[in-house]
Amino acid sequence: MSTTFWIIIAGAVATYLTRIGGHLVISRFDTIHPRVEAGLNAVPAAVLTTLVAPELLNAGPAEWAALVVTAVVSLRGGLMAMFLAGAAVLIVARQFVG
Amino acid sequence: MATDVISESGAKSDFWQGVRLSMPVVVASAPFAVLFGALAVDNGFSVLEAFLMSALVYGGASQMVGIQLFGQHVAPWLIVLSIFAVNFRHVLYSAGIGRRIAHWPVISQALGYFILTDPQFAVAEARAQSGQTVGFAWYLGLGLPVYVFWVIESALGAVFGKLIPDTHALGIDFLLPIYFLGLVLGFRKRPLWLPVVIASAAASIVAYKTVGSPWHVSIGAIAGVLLAVILPPHHSGVKARP
Repeated sequence: MSTTFWIIIAGAVATYLTRIGGHLVISRFDTIHPRVEAGLNAVPAAVLTTLVAPELLNAGPAEWAALVVTAVVSLRGGLMAMFLAGAAVLIVARQFVG
Repeated sequence: MATDVISESGAKSDFWQGVRLSMPVVVASAPFAVLFGALAVDNGFSVLEAFLMSALVYGGASQMVGIQLFGQHVAPWLIVLSIFAVNFRHVLYSAGIGRRIAHWPVISQALGYFILTDPQFAVAEARAQSGQTVGFAWYLGLGLPVYVFWVIESALGAVFGKLIPDTHALGIDFLLPIYFLGLVLGFRKRPLWLPVVIASAAASIVAYKTVGSPWHVSIGAIAGVLLAVILPPHHSGVKARP
């Protein structure tokens, strides 16, 4: 079996653990420590930010335009509107500045 | 006998009620499933592997993260850890939904947790809070269509992705950062959001420049989470913000 296959299997097991783990572990405690809860709340934004920030180092005008438009649309629209607006700007801008 | 018939038809109508509620989720997730498939082959996955990942992991954002890191030739254990990190929020869903479905048979519960996604949790929790029972048939009706369409559309996206000749002109290589930025911004109402984002962004950029990829992901994430843990709890108080 390929490495990719094992990554998928291990990723699936890890994911299932998160889906069943809260019930098995956290529900045994009456309260979650506020600092632990604060840390858990920060996990999604912290992880996802690291996937965007370094891309800014190599971003050209087309990429910057797309990210700015995505951010502006986020003030009003949902995830899909944001994504489509950003993607549309990127594709159009790439035709001009490569 | 009569009660059997009644409860069976009740379960059937519960199932279809769940299916109706699943439709907006099916529609909203379709583009991401196709996008995942296309990006997966762009990052070196085969069509079968893209299909398998959707069928077994079944978590959109974590799958995107996984293929992004895979394309950057990150160490396998770190890819798995990142999938785990992105999906870690499910621990809270799981803790929350557990008391709603505790009356199901164990096998049903095990299946129920497998399809516990963000919308699945949100809709099921809303039903529970309105005082209605979260039954297995209803829950399955809500989750099954989303799962089936997600897997099929991922495979279609992967087949389609192989046919795209110039991925750069179509911006395929930069769609994920846009998607992730959208997800980050979606969390902006959470307490401490901006400090966490700034800490993670700064730490990940510094780490990217010094230690190098892929460590910037873990280092940046740890910086943001640590900040939230270290700051006095009233800053991140769950109820503190108006």
